[in-house]
Amino acid sequence: MSLGASNLSVKNRLDGVSLQCRRGMVTAICGPNGAGKSTLLSCMAGLLRPDVGDVQLGGRPLSQCSTAQRAQWIGYLPQSPEVAWDVSVEVLVSIGRLPWKDAPAKEAQEAIDEAIAAMDLEALRHRPVSRLSGGERARALMARVLATRPGWVLADEPFANLDLAHAAALMRRFRQQTRAGRGVVLVLHDLATAMNHADQVVVLKNGRVEAEGPPEIALAREVIHRVWNCPARWLGDPGERALSLGQPSPFTLDAR
Amino acid sequence: MNPRLVLLLLAGLLVAVPLSLLAGRVWIDPFSPTAHNASIILVQLRLPRAVLALAVGAGLGAAGAAMQGFLRNPLADPGLFGIAPGAALGAVLSFWTGYAASPWLLPVFALAGACGAMTLLALIAGRSGGVALFTLAGLMVSSLAGALMSLAISLSPSPFAMTEIVTWTMGSLADRSWREVWIALPLTAAGIGVLLAAGRSLNALTLGEAAARSLGVEPFQLQAMMIIGIGLTVGSGVAVAGIIGFVGLMVPHFVRPFTDHRPSSLIVPSALAGALLLLISDCLCRVLPLAGGELRLGIALSLLGTPFFLHLLLKMRQELA
Repeated sequence: MSLGASNLSVKNRLDGVSLQCRRGMVTAICGPNGAGKSTLLSCMAGLLRPDVGDVQLGGRPLSQCSTAQRAQWIGYLPQSPEVAWDVSVEVLVSIGRLPWKDAPAKEAQEAIDEAIAAMDLEALRHRPVSRLSGGERARALMARVLATRPGWVLADEPFANLDLAHAAALMRRFRQQTRAGRGVVLVLHDLATAMNHADQVVVLKNGRVEAEGPPEIALAREVIHRVWNCPARWLGDPGERALSLGQPSPFTLDAR
Repeated sequence: MNPRLVLLLLAGLLVAVPLSLLAGRVWIDPFSPTAHNASIILVQLRLPRAVLALAVGAGLGAAGAAMQGFLRNPLADPGLFGIAPGAALGAVLSFWTGYAASPWLLPVFALAGACGAMTLLALIAGRSGGVALFTLAGLMVSSLAGALMSLAISLSPSPFAMTEIVTWTMGSLADRSWREVWIALPLTAAGIGVLLAAGRSLNALTLGEAAARSLGVEPFQLQAMMIIGIGLTVGSGVAVAGIIGFVGLMVPHFVRPFTDHRPSSLIVPSALAGALLLLISDCLCRVLPLAGGELRLGIALSLLGTPFFLHLLLKMRQELA
């Protein structure tokens, strides 16, 4: 099932946003602070009803899908997710089975085991959440999303509190999910991550789509300059890009 | 749910209930009942009192567990957060207006008061409130109910009504009959049923409201279930026994370390442990020699609960430091 949005508007936050995400791909939503990235993701997860326009899941407006259907199809990982009680990793992951509460217990256990394996958490299965490191915690929360076996995984700034190595490891796992046929939509702050790992990038500014397409195009230097108002230059080879900021290079001066 | 924990608590109740029937101002020797009214004392006084302690305790324990899960706050308690005072206000109004003379109207007033307080709390802080907002909203509801209760007392139509109200707010299970049992038992059972049905949604709320909603939890439906479930358990408890605080706060903390920490696995063990706690405390109140009557259950539990609350606060302070 495809996931797309047409002409989404939310008062003061989104202004006629349309986009189409494809399964088997990582779509990154980028933009400066306050651009409406999280609002867009909330709309796509069905948590926020847009004032105008709608989100389509498999060609059907999301507002016409039942809550249960939506929950089975779209897994959502909020920004800096909290865990109120000190449950073990396995129990945390099992919460992801809620949308399938009528499914047989065997299937539930399989899904939980599969999610724990996909996030490399076997050794930590019985460890309480309070005793996990930041990276392990992020993986456990991600496993909770996968336990639902959703067609789509939507995550808001999943790398926000992770160091380099853990962010790269988690990104690899998002990639694996796309190979399994899932669609992945990420709100990303870090443009280099989007550049190197996304298949498709949507750039938002003031609630509007400023650019979209393959990362080399949607995150081209001119776009970054225009949207973030910051001279920047990509270094390195495709797939290993790094962003050089700040120093207005002679090239940028020429361009003016 | 931990089956061993449940069995252990059930075993505790199996031992405690018969013992509680024997204890009191008149001790009954089970092997040679010499007290000549033994059977009347047992059937008409102690048995209903024991059943009532079980029902009220179970209701308060389950309500505390569910409320802590719903508010994601280990300090939540139906008494501290204004639900029991709300129920008490309802009951006081029924005394004040004279409707309490009809046996069925007092519980109705108490239930309405409990549901009203829970609704108010949910309206103020129910959507996405943090711990601080909830605690403050609870304090506000609690002091509002307290103030209105004092107003009702100060304006009470007769000294008789005033004494009635004041003694009743102190919380006690003394001199209750089967009539109260038939009020409390079905309502509490229904309330616990509603709370159990909300268990899975409460589990999802462990991950915060946005994640819970993405897993298909309907916030308004869950809120309504909490209002009805907590209203029924706490309202019926207050209707028959007055305000008995801190059971809902303490019991889930005793039980939690022996479970997997999910709110849903806490409800049944908390109900059983609440029943046990109230039964034992009521027994102790009954046998404690005190000049001029017996120690009131509500007062006893507050004396027990306050240090416990302090202990929790100190522990939290340590964790924050």
